Amino acid sequence: MLDLFKYQSIGAALRDALTTFAAEVCMIEADRDREREHLTYKDFQSRAHPLASALEEAGFVEGDRASIIMTNQSKWLISAYAVFFSGGVLVPLDYKLTPAEHWQLLKHSEAKVLVTEYPIWRQLASASERASVENVKLVLVTEAPANADLVGAQCWEDFRGAAEPTFVPRERKDVACIVYSSGTGGRPKGCMMTHENYLEQCVALTSLYPFWPGVRYLSILPTNHAIDFMVGFFGPLTCGACVVHLRTLRPEFVREAFPKYKITYVSLVPLVLKNLQKGLQARFDELPAGKRKVFNFLVNVNKAFTKSQPRLGLSRKLLGQVHAGFGGELRAIIVGGAFTEPQTLQFFYDLGIPVANGYGLTEAGTAITVNDLHPFRADTVGKPLPGMEVKIMNPADDGVGEVWVHGKTVMAGYLNDPEQTAEVFSDGWLKTGDLGRFDATGHLMLSGRKKNMIVTEEGKNIYPEDIETVFESLPVKEFCVFAANYVWPKRSMVGEQLILALHLENGQTYTDALRNEVIVRNNRLLNYKRLHGVVLLDEDFPRTASLKIKRNILAERLAQLERSSAILPL
Amino acid sequence: MRTIEQTTSEVLDLATRHFNVVPGSLAPADDFFKKLGIDSLQALELLSRLENHFGIELPDYEVQGVSDFRTLAERIQSRL
Repeated sequence: MLDLFKYQSIGAALRDALTTFAAEVCMIEADRDREREHLTYKDFQSRAHPLASALEEAGFVEGDRASIIMTNQSKWLISAYAVFFSGGVLVPLDYKLTPAEHWQLLKHSEAKVLVTEYPIWRQLASASERASVENVKLVLVTEAPANADLVGAQCWEDFRGAAEPTFVPRERKDVACIVYSSGTGGRPKGCMMTHENYLEQCVALTSLYPFWPGVRYLSILPTNHAIDFMVGFFGPLTCGACVVHLRTLRPEFVREAFPKYKITYVSLVPLVLKNLQKGLQARFDELPAGKRKVFNFLVNVNKAFTKSQPRLGLSRKLLGQVHAGFGGELRAIIVGGAFTEPQTLQFFYDLGIPVANGYGLTEAGTAITVNDLHPFRADTVGKPLPGMEVKIMNPADDGVGEVWVHGKTVMAGYLNDPEQTAEVFSDGWLKTGDLGRFDATGHLMLSGRKKNMIVTEEGKNIYPEDIETVFESLPVKEFCVFAANYVWPKRSMVGEQLILALHLENGQTYTDALRNEVIVRNNRLLNYKRLHGVVLLDEDFPRTASLKIKRNILAERLAQLERSSAILPL
Repeated sequence: MRTIEQTTSEVLDLATRHFNVVPGSLAPADDFFKKLGIDSLQALELLSRLENHFGIELPDYEVQGVSDFRTLAERIQSRL
């Protein structure tokens, strides 16, 4: 691994990695049974430098912002590298957002360049919101069919400069990425992440979960997500490891990828991990009684020997068939994006497959705590990473309080929003809005949320205010969306729901027609953003002088209602 | 060549069998996430079944944001 302490920027570290590991395999890109790309670090450089050169020729200079909206693939990483090499700031956006949301964030981030894929660009180009975004001057589109009308964009593959690009140095405190932790429909939260944030986080994470030439990381989580950006891009590339991309993320192709590419690490969201568990459990249940007995015995032996720490060699011998299904080289499954239920973590650990769960939020870099596996503790989210300070503020009698974080991986603030930045920081400490406590051994245990948001099992952060636009002009006096657990605090990190608080007009009743109207609008939201139910409140919503709803006061009023009877399911 | 109506009907039939729901209970305009109570992974499984049935390859991006049977059938139809 490169000694990242001596680097000032992501670009400088990656630049050196490409020459240090020139002959190693850097990326493999597969689509079903076909292998589209198989690139060494030298190949990567020969693809990326002409792109950087063309960007520089096009007037892209230090501090300019470039956004990437792409599925996980080699051109994502090549483009990101070119941006960093040229001194730019990367704005990685979730390709699953709608075109309207994409344009909103492109505008907010003041991105000058956009790199995207042809199918995504088709939708973006025809969206009406495009007209209001003037800052995007250059659009590069990958994999466009020959003769396709790119409506003002240029073909990524043809955008190549002839001259050797000039490396543009950046300082550790400079912004490297603007990462949106929310901000669709409501008030965008663009976290300004510095080069130092990434350099420090990479050192801390790889001290626990090392990469080296020969390691193969399967990249499934979207690369715009903090976890995949770190362990599917910056981390492996500064260690000479290989990233495997799949263009088709169907379960059967993902399953096949493990043995085919001898995967070492993979990152998953809890939903996918649970699905894997279900599939494996079903197969175990189908075993004939005799084999089942032997299998259970071997699992128990494995449990006994791995109590204090993982013993991969032994586990692979004891439970060879299970491990063969994962390719036989898997060292850990990294799970993140949302809270993972302890029994799922334990299930895999008992099979000899460690699950690196942890706790993080975009504002604090990739991770705040990670399970160090010594010993494995399924009931916690692990211990703070090296260099990360975590404290529990105003703990109650049971030790539970708000989790505050301080360290070199915490963001510089929200882009163009000193007000929201001031709200989340106190004396340099980041107030996470999550509730938890430390146990006697220093493991963090999360127990709920203080803030008005939910995180789905798919790792999606949903801020209620972001989805209210869908209900605009609903024929009621006023409405407001809440996370149910924010209104009625619950010690739980799973099964979170959103509710719509409605104040009807005088004399109006909650008819089937109104309910149907809410359902129709609710269905316009992506499935993971949908409301669970409606709560009726027969009083004016408290508002500020500028007529904004005072959410915290309104939540207190709603809290006086009895949760189970107040929520009318949709 | 199938008509869009035939394709839609075959999509509904296959979803009915795959998720073991009462025959005739699914309609083209239904939101399959909601109606079947499935998550995005289960939807991907259905997609693979549909690909095998129709003998096509449907890239993931084609079905991004699709949540009703009719639109799904249209995407399939465009590749037949």
